[in-house]
Amino acid sequence: MNWYGIAAIWRFEMGRFFRSIFQSIVSPVVSTALYFVVFGAAIGSRMPEIEGVSYGAFIVPGLIMLTVLQQSIQNAGFGIFFPKFMGTIYEVLSAPVSSLEIVIGYVGAAATKSMLIGLIILVTSLFFVDLGIAYPAFMLAFLVLTAVSFSLLGFILGIWARNFEQLNLVPLLVVTPLVFLGGSFYSVSMLPPFWQNVSLLNPVLYLVSGFRWSFFGTADVPVVASLVAIFVFAGLCLGIVWWMFRTGYRLKS
Amino acid sequence: MPGIVEIDDLHKTYDGGLEALKGITLDIEEGEILALLGPNGAGKTTLISTICGITRPTSGRISVGGYDVQSEWRAARKLIGLVPQEINLEPFEFVQSTLRYSRGLFGKPRNDALVDDVLKDLALYDRRGSRTSELSGGMRRRVLIAKALAHEPRVLFLDEPTAGVDVELRRDMWMLAERLRQDGVTIILTTHYIEEAEAIADRVGVINSGELLLVEDKSALMQRLGRKEVRIKLAQPVETVPDSLAEYDLVRSKDGRSLTYVYKTTGERTGITRLLTAVQAAGLTLADIQTRQSSLEEIFVRLVREDAA
Repeated sequence: MNWYGIAAIWRFEMGRFFRSIFQSIVSPVVSTALYFVVFGAAIGSRMPEIEGVSYGAFIVPGLIMLTVLQQSIQNAGFGIFFPKFMGTIYEVLSAPVSSLEIVIGYVGAAATKSMLIGLIILVTSLFFVDLGIAYPAFMLAFLVLTAVSFSLLGFILGIWARNFEQLNLVPLLVVTPLVFLGGSFYSVSMLPPFWQNVSLLNPVLYLVSGFRWSFFGTADVPVVASLVAIFVFAGLCLGIVWWMFRTGYRLKS
Repeated sequence: MPGIVEIDDLHKTYDGGLEALKGITLDIEEGEILALLGPNGAGKTTLISTICGITRPTSGRISVGGYDVQSEWRAARKLIGLVPQEINLEPFEFVQSTLRYSRGLFGKPRNDALVDDVLKDLALYDRRGSRTSELSGGMRRRVLIAKALAHEPRVLFLDEPTAGVDVELRRDMWMLAERLRQDGVTIILTTHYIEEAEAIADRVGVINSGELLLVEDKSALMQRLGRKEVRIKLAQPVETVPDSLAEYDLVRSKDGRSLTYVYKTTGERTGITRLLTAVQAAGLTLADIQTRQSSLEEIFVRLVREDAA
């Protein structure tokens, strides 16, 4: 293994994050605060508790997931797309780093960033609501798995995209709706039966549900289903990435 | 002694059907400077990209330092430094950190002293804390070279290193190539500029339409294909070339004031002495004599034309 190579990519990508530290950290903090003011305080005060949890606290896991998903895709997608766009990708392609090492470097950095942001949101939320974490180890595990698998998805999109429009299209048209409809801000049990069943087709539901379970011990779907879903998703992404490197898809001619 | 780079019957056909390389076989010796000359689209960049692992060969074998670039890619690539044709740099990166990145990418531990030396060598040390976007074009190109040197390669590929570079910088670049050669680095450069090959290369390869037309010692090439001209200026203009001089195929200038004789430098006899005697015998008076050797450029143009014909 070329550990220096992995570290170089990881550090390079983290450098991008810390260069725009204001945008990287302040913006999720501000938007989280806004969510709490609007949903937690204004609307939440008129809402009953959901499964014994105040609405303000209930949305915290969903909010973290929402941001982690978006940031993972965005960071990993941009991370590999930008060198492709600038032409600097030649260096990575001609370096003694394997596909696996490239993926570990880029996806690892993107996942690190989004987990950091997730934890920042968690800390921010503690200023607004009383929150206990029932299973901290599971909470971290869900966070890591989600960040890694969606960074893989972002990485795939970054290789696939030929321009900035395509790079933003999938997150905007597919991922954002899935996240909002995945029970980030409500319990699926609040929906009519038909839409409950439709929701079960949404992979994000399993992530949010599992993540929320690690906080409150209650979930929309069984935790095992959440774990299976996330592993299937990560496996699928890994398979696509493997295929992309094997065929040189949009990387090598 | 086996070459540091060995290419055997290399073919590359792109997905669109373009046959960029048609069976290139080439051995590059350790420590030499090889210039690859060729017009645009000849396959120079494809050849370099294939050696460096950016483009996949359709068939054929390449080894670098004895390592196959496909099956032993990791060992092979460690030996290679690549300076691409386009100036591709991440605009927000700092000069020094981008060199550290390159070094790490090639599996080398951090070595700030070495990175600083490379920067000094390329007159970039004073700008080490600048963003690459703040540098001039010439400096950015030097950063690209510095990045390639940051991991101490044994073989350096320079793809059109002096394209769009001013004269002074070009000379600096040539001096750098010479210094690197003294350190034992093998250099392969592609170029449009024949004077560049003439100035620094030990051997010259000519590529056209994906084929290697020849690879030869630069001086031998110039000698073998080099032609010389003798231009005889006459005191009095002539209307026609006298019949007694017909065997020399002289070319009369429009104003009739000079005659040009072309001969090969490789021949045992140039025939100049005989010619001059014959000119005098024909009753012509010499005013001046000039000789001129054809440049690599003319040789190159001739080769490419012959290839096309």
